[in-house]
Amino acid sequence: MTELSAHLPQFQHGQLTENFPDNHLSNANDTSERRHHDNSERRRNDNPESETNGQPQNNIQQVVEQDEEDEELTLKYGAKHVIMLFVPVTLCMVVVVATIKSVSFYTRKDGQLIYTPFTEETETVGQRALNSILNAAIMISVIIVMTILLVVLYKYRCYKVIHGWLIISSLLLLFFFSFIYLGEVFKTYNVAMDYITVALIIWNFGVVGMICIHWKGPLRLQQAYLIMISALMALVFIKYLPEWTAWLILAVISVYDLVAVLCPKGPLRMLVETAQERNETLFPALIYSSTMIWLVNMAEEDPEAQRKASKNSTYDKQAPANQTQNEDAEADDGGFSQEWQQQRDNRIGPIESTPESRAAVQALPRNSQTSEDPEERGVKLGLGDFIFYSVLVGKASATASGDWNTTLACFVAILIGLCLTLLLLAIFKKALPALPISITFGLVFYFATDNLVQPFMDQLAFHQFYI
Amino acid sequence: AFFWLVSLLLASLIWFVSVHLSDREDSRLQYALLIFGAAVSVLLQEAFRFAYFKLLKKADEGLATISEDGRSPISLRQMAYVSGLSFGIISGVFSVINILADSIGPGVVGIHGDSPYYFITSAFLTMALVLLHTFWGVIFFDACERRRYWCLGLVVASHLLTSGLTFLNPRYEASLVPIFIITLGTGAWAFLTAGGSLHNILKCLSCK
Repeated sequence: MTELSAHLPQFQHGQLTENFPDNHLSNANDTSERRHHDNSERRRNDNPESETNGQPQNNIQQVVEQDEEDEELTLKYGAKHVIMLFVPVTLCMVVVVATIKSVSFYTRKDGQLIYTPFTEETETVGQRALNSILNAAIMISVIIVMTILLVVLYKYRCYKVIHGWLIISSLLLLFFFSFIYLGEVFKTYNVAMDYITVALIIWNFGVVGMICIHWKGPLRLQQAYLIMISALMALVFIKYLPEWTAWLILAVISVYDLVAVLCPKGPLRMLVETAQERNETLFPALIYSSTMIWLVNMAEEDPEAQRKASKNSTYDKQAPANQTQNEDAEADDGGFSQEWQQQRDNRIGPIESTPESRAAVQALPRNSQTSEDPEERGVKLGLGDFIFYSVLVGKASATASGDWNTTLACFVAILIGLCLTLLLLAIFKKALPALPISITFGLVFYFATDNLVQPFMDQLAFHQFYI
Repeated sequence: AFFWLVSLLLASLIWFVSVHLSDREDSRLQYALLIFGAAVSVLLQEAFRFAYFKLLKKADEGLATISEDGRSPISLRQMAYVSGLSFGIISGVFSVINILADSIGPGVVGIHGDSPYYFITSAFLTMALVLLHTFWGVIFFDACERRRYWCLGLVVASHLLTSGLTFLNPRYEASLVPIFIITLGTGAWAFLTAGGSLHNILKCLSCK
């Protein structure tokens, strides 16, 4: 995070001077424009005096100080957001690893999804490799098709379809999958349970989850539910994807993520840009957000400004990627993405002020603020990222020979990748794919630790040597 | 932690290559290679600690330039402590977690003639190692900061010595006791390096 400071000055200045005409690219641009406005206004205000004093340098000085202050604030809050994202990612991974280690259901081979029709129980290695490549290809093409479908639906404002799709998927996830999960946990610990109690528990869990995710609810509860459904989804993937296919899919999906978000014609990028053009938030239910927008300040403003303000927030992962993964997981699954997108659209209007600790809206229109409030941005991470990180760590703990060493190494690698991604986000200030760096590190560390480090540590532990 | 992991990766890569290039059947050679691998790993760990120091130094300068009063919000001492601690944690965890996981399962310790005190000595050794890494981190960073290279050499030497002492396991008297003495000594040294003194301790205890 600290290396950022060296780059930031140049970048900030660059942004201030060059990106002025580009209004709609990202909130960061908005803020720098606003700052530019601030500075120019201040300049204008100061000009009469400075002219009489004959010292135009004062204004430049103010501009420079302003920038440095902003950079420092960006850094400070940037570091805080890294921590704010570490906690949920860690929690999700912990839940997945704990389940994998204790509940044997998720490591038993009970068949495969229809999206991966080729089996890996073949006689030759070559056949197995070919099958896994074909499986991965099919899965990825399904994901690409779903993403494009989603973008098309979104572009043509078929919100009802998206709504319905999302609701069906999250219903399935919240009720059916958690019922199975609960059943398996009870089986593992040999807990006697009757159907009535289970029905009550699942009903309450599901209904509260639907309300929290799609409507309003306390921020912590919503975050908890999002973590839980990501963990459930990751568990399904770990169970039903055969080995080589899973690693291949992880690798290909991070490449796809990179392409889809950064290429000008990539579907995810188009989705983000469309959302920005329409000044809408991007799928609040499909994205984990670390802060809620706090609008108490803006009570006196016109509703339109309020709505505008709530739209702009930093996001570094596209929702559709995870939606498509979610929907592809099960045969009957209509797709979660729609539902969550839908939910996002519902959110566009009223925004509640939550008892969240102070999180000023970053895109507050300038005329509302007389003082320069430190702009705290909530960082958003797509649920697909949670899911794939957890899949990687879960698979590592399920199938690695080095067991806990490999799991830990992958965990550290993913967190460092996330750190780097957030660093890049702070530098570039636009939507970035969160998967590639973390998954690459994770994969490298998994294979390296499993094959190289584990025998070494094993031998050392056998003789009780310490290094 | 990441840096320690990378150093471990490189060290095990070297060991792995050397094992594969050598004769698998000769157990004495394998033993020697293991010791060689451990030594290489220690040296690499210290090298990566140094690399991490350089990185933090640069970051510190960056933070200092953009802060309002010209000083960075995190002092180098804090960074040294944190880096040492994280090296220690990841090293300790890697050493002990498989042992812990196995200790839950059914089994008898040392049934094949090994020492029955395996678990408890592992626990103590890991604790000593974690503490040692923390202390080494503090001393190392301070030595690099003040360019006292003999301190650096002493840290590396003591790490090598500690690792070497573990080769004397399972003769626990010969390894555990010296390692604990080294831990206490290094702890006192780190405390003095960080600016503490007897006076400070007394002040702290009397809650002034």
